[in-house]
Amino acid sequence: MKDKNCVDVNVNPCKMCMPMGACLAFKGMEKSIVVMHGSQGCSTYVRRHMAQHYNEPIDIASSSLNEKATVYGGEANLKKGLKNVLKMYNPKTIGVVTTCLAETIGEDINRILKDFMVEEKISSEDLTLVSVPTPGYGGTQFEGYYLAVRKMVEKIVEPSEPNKKINIISGLMSPGDIRELKLILERFGIEAVILPDVSETLDSPYRGLEFEKLPEGGTTCSEIKTMSGSLATIEFGVHSREDHSPGEYLKKEFGVPLYRIPIPIGLENSDTLMKLLSKISGKKIPEYYVKARGRMLDAMIDSHKYNGEGVAAVFGEPELVTSISSLCLENGITPRVISTGSNIKKIRAFLAEGLDKYGDEIVVLEDTDFETIRSYVKEKEVNILIGHSDGKYIEEKEGIPLIRVGFPVHDRIGAQRQVTIGYDGSMNFLDILTNTLMAQKYQSYRDRMYKKYYKEDEDVKEVTA
Amino acid sequence: MDKKIIDGNLALIEERKDFIVCNKEEKGKKIKCDSQSVAGAVSQRACVYCGARVVLNPITDAVHLVHGPIGCAAYTFDIRGSLSSGSEEYRNSYSTDLREKDIIFGGEKKLTAAIDEIMELKNPKLIFVYSTCVVGVIGDDLQAICKAAEKKYGIRVIPVESSGFVGSKSAGYKAAGDAILKILELDGNSEGEKKGINFLGDFNLAGELWIIKGYLKEIGIDVVAHFSGDSNYEQIKEAPTALFNVVQCAGSMTSLAKKFEDKYGTPYTKVSFFGLEDIRISLRSLAYTLGDFNVIKKTEEFVKKMEKETTERLEPYRKKLAGKKVAIYVGGGFKAISLIKQFRDLGITPVMVGSQTGRPEEYEIIRKLSDENTVVLDDANPSELERFMREKGADMLVGGVKERPLAYKLGIGFIDHNHARKHPLAGYEGAINFAKEIDLTVNSPVWDIIKKNGMGIE
Repeated sequence: MKDKNCVDVNVNPCKMCMPMGACLAFKGMEKSIVVMHGSQGCSTYVRRHMAQHYNEPIDIASSSLNEKATVYGGEANLKKGLKNVLKMYNPKTIGVVTTCLAETIGEDINRILKDFMVEEKISSEDLTLVSVPTPGYGGTQFEGYYLAVRKMVEKIVEPSEPNKKINIISGLMSPGDIRELKLILERFGIEAVILPDVSETLDSPYRGLEFEKLPEGGTTCSEIKTMSGSLATIEFGVHSREDHSPGEYLKKEFGVPLYRIPIPIGLENSDTLMKLLSKISGKKIPEYYVKARGRMLDAMIDSHKYNGEGVAAVFGEPELVTSISSLCLENGITPRVISTGSNIKKIRAFLAEGLDKYGDEIVVLEDTDFETIRSYVKEKEVNILIGHSDGKYIEEKEGIPLIRVGFPVHDRIGAQRQVTIGYDGSMNFLDILTNTLMAQKYQSYRDRMYKKYYKEDEDVKEVTA
Repeated sequence: MDKKIIDGNLALIEERKDFIVCNKEEKGKKIKCDSQSVAGAVSQRACVYCGARVVLNPITDAVHLVHGPIGCAAYTFDIRGSLSSGSEEYRNSYSTDLREKDIIFGGEKKLTAAIDEIMELKNPKLIFVYSTCVVGVIGDDLQAICKAAEKKYGIRVIPVESSGFVGSKSAGYKAAGDAILKILELDGNSEGEKKGINFLGDFNLAGELWIIKGYLKEIGIDVVAHFSGDSNYEQIKEAPTALFNVVQCAGSMTSLAKKFEDKYGTPYTKVSFFGLEDIRISLRSLAYTLGDFNVIKKTEEFVKKMEKETTERLEPYRKKLAGKKVAIYVGGGFKAISLIKQFRDLGITPVMVGSQTGRPEEYEIIRKLSDENTVVLDDANPSELERFMREKGADMLVGGVKERPLAYKLGIGFIDHNHARKHPLAGYEGAINFAKEIDLTVNSPVWDIIKKNGMGIE
C-alpha cells in the first residue's frame, strides 16, 4: 500500500494550507480579524473558501506585499495594514497570520508588532495582537488551526486563581456542533471556556440594518486569560503535535490537567466525553443523555443490517476522519479507505482496536491526494463517500454518493448548521449514512431483480419442455 | 448600536478616497485605478497566479501543474464552471506540494521529477507550470526546467510567470497571454488562406461559448480557435489562420489580442454578448468587419428574429423588475459596462458600479452611462460596498461568491455573475436567465417577511 500514487506530484489536493487553519481558528475569538502577511491572493482564496462554506461575510485583510516589499521587507505594508484594519473594524484582537512569502523572506513579525503597539500608542488592554507563523509549506490547515489556538493561549493566558471552569479546545467543529456542545455543558451544569467558539461568529442570526462586520460572539480575551485556573482542559484532537497543542501548554505552564480526546462523533467517543465531564465536574451524567444514549443504541440496532452493507471511503481533516471512522466501525460500515492529506502518521495506531480484525481490507492513507483516494475507492468497491465537497469529483466520476461533512462544503447549503457530535448528532448523522445506503438499494431494486431473474416466456417454455 | 461602531463601519481609509467618485458631485475628478491594493484595505482582488490560472485553466487537454506549496493548487481544484466537449484533464489540479526542505534546498529537482511522473501517468501534449510566491523568492529556474522537459519528451511545457507578489490579477492575465503566445511561437500554423475568427475571453461557463458559436454559425461566421473555453492544444495552434480576433472578456484578453496583432497582423475587435443591445452591436460589428453581404443579411435577419422572441419573453419580467435599484461589483470594467446596459433595459437603476480591475477608459464609459448620483469605485472592500449599498438603498448586488453573504446579511438580493455559476448569462438565452435570476432574488417572499418582522417577534 502506498499513501500516494505519485511521489513528487500531488494530484487533486485533499488538504489546504496552514494559513487557512489559522483563519478558521481566529473566527472563534471575540471581535477578532486576521491580517495575512503576504501577497493579496492568499487572503482572497481563504475568504472565498470560507464565505462559500459558511454563507457568512468573511473579512480578512492582507498586507498586500508587492515586488518591492518582497525584496526590501514588508514591515511598512504590515503596519499600514494593521492601521487600516483598526480604523475600519475596531477589533479587540488581530491575528497576524504569515504566509509562504513572509516566512521565506524572513520577517521578524513579533518585533514589528511590538514596535507597532509602541508607535501607535496602543495599550494591550485595547488590542491584542497574536502572531502565528504559518508558511504554506509548513503543514496543512490542520496544523495551522491548532498552532493558532496554541499561540492565542501562549499570548493571552495569565496566571490566575483556581476556578470551577473546564477549558474546552474545540477543534475544527461546525458552529452547530459548538452550540450542541454548549447544550451538553448546560445540561451538566458545567461552566466552560470554549476556545475557539465559532457558534455565533460563523453562523450569525439575521439582524438587518444592525448588521456588524465583526458579529457578536467568540471567546473573549478575559475568558482566555483565566484558562490557567480551570479544573482541567479537554482538547478535542488526539493527533496534533505536542508543541502545537494548547492544552499541553496549559498543562506545562500552569499545571492544568489535560485530557485529549477525539471529536465526540459515534457512541464510544460520545461516551468518552460524557464520562470525562462527569469525572472532572463530579456531577452525574444528566438523565437526558442516559436516554439519548439508549435512543442511539436503539437506532443502531434498527439500522445495523443496512449499515452492514456499507463500504465507506472517509477523507478530510484527520481528527474528523478518525472520529467518523469510529462511528463507521461501531456500526458495521466498513471504512475500507481512511484518508487524509495531512501527514501525522497516527490514525492507524489510534484506531487499531477497531481496525485489527479487518487486516489488509482497510487502508489508511496519510499525506495522500484525491487521485490516490479515487483509485482505492475503485479497488475497494466503496459504495459511500464521507467527507468534504472536494470529493465531488469522485462522486461524479464513479457514481458513488458523497455525504458532505467537514470543511469545505461548497456545493450544498447548511454546513455551518450541521450537527454530528454527541449522541443526538451522531445518531442523526448515522441516519443520513444509513438512508443513503438504503436509497441506493431500494431505488434500483425492481430494475436489478428484473434484469437478474426475469426470463422471456419462450425461454421458460423451453426450459419446462 | 453606539456611535463609535457606526462611525467605524462607515469609515473610509484615507488612501482609498481617490478610488471612489460620486458622479454628480465630483464631475471633474478622475478615478484612481489600475493600482496596487492598499494594505489592510480588505481588497476583493486575487493574485497574479489566480489571474493566470483562470484564463488558462479552461484549456481542456492541458495538465495544469502548480509549482509551489499546496494551497494555491488546493483552492483552484475543479472550482469553475467551464465546460468541455472533449478532454476533462483541465479539471484536475497538480501541485509539486513543496515542503520546508524544498524551500531550503530549492524545488527544481522536485519539479523535474513531477513532470516525469506526469508524463508517465498522463502523457499530455501540453503542460502549464505555474510559479507561485515562494518559487519566485527561492529563484527556481522554471524556464530552464521546462525547456529541458520539452526537449526530453517532445511536448510543450510552458512556464507561467505567476508569482503572487509581482503584480495584481491583471498581471496574471498578461502572464497567461504570454503563455499562449509561447505555444504559438513554435507551433502556430500561419500558412494558407486566412478565414474565420478567433473568439477570445469566453470561458464556456455553463456552455456560453457553445451558445455564441451557434449564433455565429447561424450567420455564417466560422470560429477557428477559442481562448480559452473548451479549447485544446491542436485548436490553439490554428489560431494564426484567423482573419481577426474577437475579444469578449476585455480585461483578461486585450493584452493577448494586442500582442497577437503585433506578431501576426491579426486585428481585434471587442464584443460583449451580455444583453440584447450588446449582442446586436457585437454581431453587427463582426458581420460588417468581415464585409460579406450574405453574412450581413443573415445577421440582420437573425438579430431581428431573436430580439423579437427574446423581447416577448422578457416582457413579464420587465413589469416585475422596473424601478428596482442595483449595486454592481464585478471583476472587469467591460463586464460592468455590459451589466449597466442590461439592467437599464429591464428598467433597473444602477446606484453603485465598481470593478476589481477596471481601466481608466472603462471607468469613463461607466460614468457616462451612469446616473448623476451613482457611486463609481475601483478595488472596493466590504466596508465600502456595505456603506454604499445602504446609502443608496440597493435592492440587490451583483458580484462574486465572497460578496454574496454581505448582500444577504444586509437583507438584499444577489445575482451570481461569477465563474462558479451553473446557468448561462450570455446570449439571448442568457438574457432571459439573467432576468429570471433577478426576479428570483428580488421578488422572493423572504424579503416580505424581512420587511414585516425581520427584526424579531415581540
